[in-house]
Amino acid sequence: MEQEYKIDPEQAEMSGGEALVRALVDAGVEYIFGYPGGAALHIYDALFKQNRIEHILVRHEQAATHMADGYARATGKPGVVLVTSGPGASNTITGIATAHMDSIPVIVISAQVPFDQIGTDAFQETDMIGLSRPVVKHSFLVMKPELIPEAVAKAFYIAQTGRPGPVVIDIPKDMTDPAVQFPYRYPEKVFMRSYNPADTGHPGQIRRALDLLLAAKRPVIYVGGGAIQGNASAELSSLVTRLGFPVVQTLMGLGAVPASARESLGMLGMHGTYEANMAMHHADLIFSIGARFDDRVTNNPDKFSPQARIIHLDIDPASISKIINANVPIVGLAKPTLRKMNELLVRSGRQPDSEALAAWWKRIEEWRQAHGLRQDFEEEGNSAIMPQKVIQLLHEITEGNAFVVSDVGQHQMFAAQYYHFDEPRRWINSGGLGTMGFGLPAAMGIALTRPDNPVVVVTGEGSIQMNIQELSTCKQYGLPIKIISLNNEALGMVKQWQDISYGGRHSSSTYQGSLPDFAALAESYGHLGIRISRPSDLRPVMERVFSAEMADRLVFLDIMVDPNEHVYPMAIKGGGMNDMMLSKDMRT
Amino acid sequence: MLLENEAGALARTVGLFAQRGYNVDSLAVAPVDDGSVSRVTIMTAGDDRRIEQIIKQLNKLIEVIKIVDITEDSHIERELLLVKVRIHNNRQKDLQRLIASAGGSIVDSNQDIYTLEITGEPLAIDSLLEALPGIAQLMEMVRSGVLGITKGSKILAL
Repeated sequence: MEQEYKIDPEQAEMSGGEALVRALVDAGVEYIFGYPGGAALHIYDALFKQNRIEHILVRHEQAATHMADGYARATGKPGVVLVTSGPGASNTITGIATAHMDSIPVIVISAQVPFDQIGTDAFQETDMIGLSRPVVKHSFLVMKPELIPEAVAKAFYIAQTGRPGPVVIDIPKDMTDPAVQFPYRYPEKVFMRSYNPADTGHPGQIRRALDLLLAAKRPVIYVGGGAIQGNASAELSSLVTRLGFPVVQTLMGLGAVPASARESLGMLGMHGTYEANMAMHHADLIFSIGARFDDRVTNNPDKFSPQARIIHLDIDPASISKIINANVPIVGLAKPTLRKMNELLVRSGRQPDSEALAAWWKRIEEWRQAHGLRQDFEEEGNSAIMPQKVIQLLHEITEGNAFVVSDVGQHQMFAAQYYHFDEPRRWINSGGLGTMGFGLPAAMGIALTRPDNPVVVVTGEGSIQMNIQELSTCKQYGLPIKIISLNNEALGMVKQWQDISYGGRHSSSTYQGSLPDFAALAESYGHLGIRISRPSDLRPVMERVFSAEMADRLVFLDIMVDPNEHVYPMAIKGGGMNDMMLSKDMRT
Repeated sequence: MLLENEAGALARTVGLFAQRGYNVDSLAVAPVDDGSVSRVTIMTAGDDRRIEQIIKQLNKLIEVIKIVDITEDSHIERELLLVKVRIHNNRQKDLQRLIASAGGSIVDSNQDIYTLEITGEPLAIDSLLEALPGIAQLMEMVRSGVLGITKGSKILAL
C-alpha cells in the first residue's frame, strides 16, 4: 500500500527509540503514562532527551492504562501508555480490556525482548500480541525499526476511527537500538485497503427511520456511549427537542442529553429509573443510538419490549441485531447521521403525532409520580449517612459541573442515579468490564489536564484499595483530586446480591475488622485525609473539601455510610424491563 | 474470505472463533494473487443469525479485506484427500475400480500398502471413506479442508 511521507530535513537520521517519540509528537501526544524496565530503556532514553511529551511515572502498569483511558474519555483524544516487556506488558491487560469494552481509544506501547530472543523464554518475555489479542481492536508487532512511525500512525488512525478501541504496539528492544539509525518518515495520510470505517448512515435507511419515528405513538430514544464517543450531543439534543420524545440513557450514555432536559427519563436498565424501564417496555418504537442492547439493559431478551419496532444506529454493524433484531439498521457515525436526520425533518416540516405523544407523556408522568427515584434522604435525621445523600450533596456543592469518576459497585450506581449529568464526558466509569480500581487512576488522567472543574472520584473502600498505590503518583504530580469514598465496610453490591439471592449469607464480602484508617493512609502519602460518620458532619465537611482553600490539594474523604442500604430499582432476573424490585419489600 | 497475508492475521481469525464460541469445522488457507493476500475458506455451522454475526465479527478484524458466505449462491466445494491403506487379500482390482469411479488415483504403492489421492466434494470423499474399509484397512489420512468458489460471474477477489 502506498503511503505519503513527511520527511524532516533537519533531522533525517534517528534511532527507532527517537523515531517512536517523534512519531508520538507528530500524532499530537501530550502525555505518556508509563513505567520503565529493561526492554524499554532505549525508549526512555529518547524520552529523556526531549521536552514535548510529559511522561507520568505510575506505580502500577494497570493504573497507567486506566489513566490513559480516563484522559481519552474526558478529552476525546487517545491516551498513550508505555511499559516494558513481560510483567509490565501483562499488567496492562485489565486496563486494555476495560477500554475495549467501552470502546475507548488507548494506545499501549509495550517493549519486547530483542527480536531474535522471541520464543526462547527470555527474561521478562511474554507474548503480548497473543495475550492482548482478544481485548484489542488491533495490534502491531514491529519487525523493522524504520516501520515504527508507520505503526504509530496506523495505531492512532485505527484507535480513533470507526468504533474506537485500544491498539497495542509491541516493539522488540533491538528495534529501538540507538546504534541503528534511519531516515524518519511519518505518513501524513494512512490508507489501509482492509479498513474503511463507515461515516454517515445510508440515506434510504435514514428516510425509513424518519417515517417510523413520525408514525410512532409511544416512542423512546435510547442513547448509549456511542453518542458520547461520537461527539453527537448537540445533534442528539436538537433531534430530541424537535421531536419531543422521551429519552433514556445507558450507564455509558449519561450526559449525552442533559439530565435536566424535559425529555430525559434518566438511566435505564438494571438500576435504571422506573419510568425509563417502563417506557422501554411499553414503547411501540425504540430508536437506539450508539447503544448495544447489553444484558444489563434488556434483562431477558425474550421478554424485551414486546411491542416495539427497533431503529438501531451504530457505527459497528456487529452490534446491530446481535441481541435484539433491528427493523431499521443504520450503520454510521451518530453525529453526521443525526445531523442529516435533523436537516430532513426541518426541510420536510413533518411533525410527530402530537396527540399520541401527549397521551404517552401522561402515562410516563404517572409512572414517574408513582415510583420515581427516591429523593427524600434526610440530611441529619438518620442515625447513619445515606450514600444517596452524599451524591445529592456532591451535585449541589459542585453545581453539577464536576468530572465524576467512579469505581465499580453500589457507589457507582448511586452516582449514576443521583449526580445528574448535563454534559457529555463528565461521567467517567467502567461500564462494560466493570473494573474495580478504575476510578482513581482514570481521574488522574483527567486531573493532569488541569480542567477548570473539580475532578472527583466516587469510590468505596473495596475499589479504592485496588489501585490505592497511585496516591503516591498524585503526590509526585500534584493532582488535586477529591476522593469521596462511600465506606460501608463491605463489598456492597456483592452483599446486596447475597441479601437478595443467597439468604443473606455474606460469603467473603466483609473484611472482619481489617480495613485501614484511610484518612491516615492518605496523610502518609502527603495528602489530606478526613473520616466522617455523623450525618451532621456531612454538609460542612463536603463544603470544606470543595472550598477554594482545598483547590490545590488531594483530599481523601472517607465517609462511613449506612451499611445496609441497597441500590433500587433493581431488575428482577429473568424478567422483562418492567419487572423490578423498587425497595427491599416492594416489587412491580 | 480475503485476508492480509501478515503475521498474526490468521491467529486473529481463528482466535475470534474460539473467543465467541463458534466452531471451525474446516479451515483452508494459502496465499493467492501477488502473495500479499491469503484466501481463506472456513466451514462453520449455525442458523442465519449466527452466520450473520460471525461474518460481521470477522469483518471487524482489521486485516480482513473481504468476506462472503458462498453458500448463499450456487457454488463449488472441493476437498483433497490423501489416504494410506493396507489392502485386504487380493483386492487390488476392487481398489483400482473404486478409486477410478471416484476420479482419484494411486500415487504410491509398496507391496500391500497404497497411498491414494482423491479430489471431490466433501460428501463424495466421506462416502469413499465409508466404502474403503471393505477393501482395505485405513492406516492414515489427511484432508485439505474444504475450498470453495462461487459459480458464474460473481467473484471474491481484490
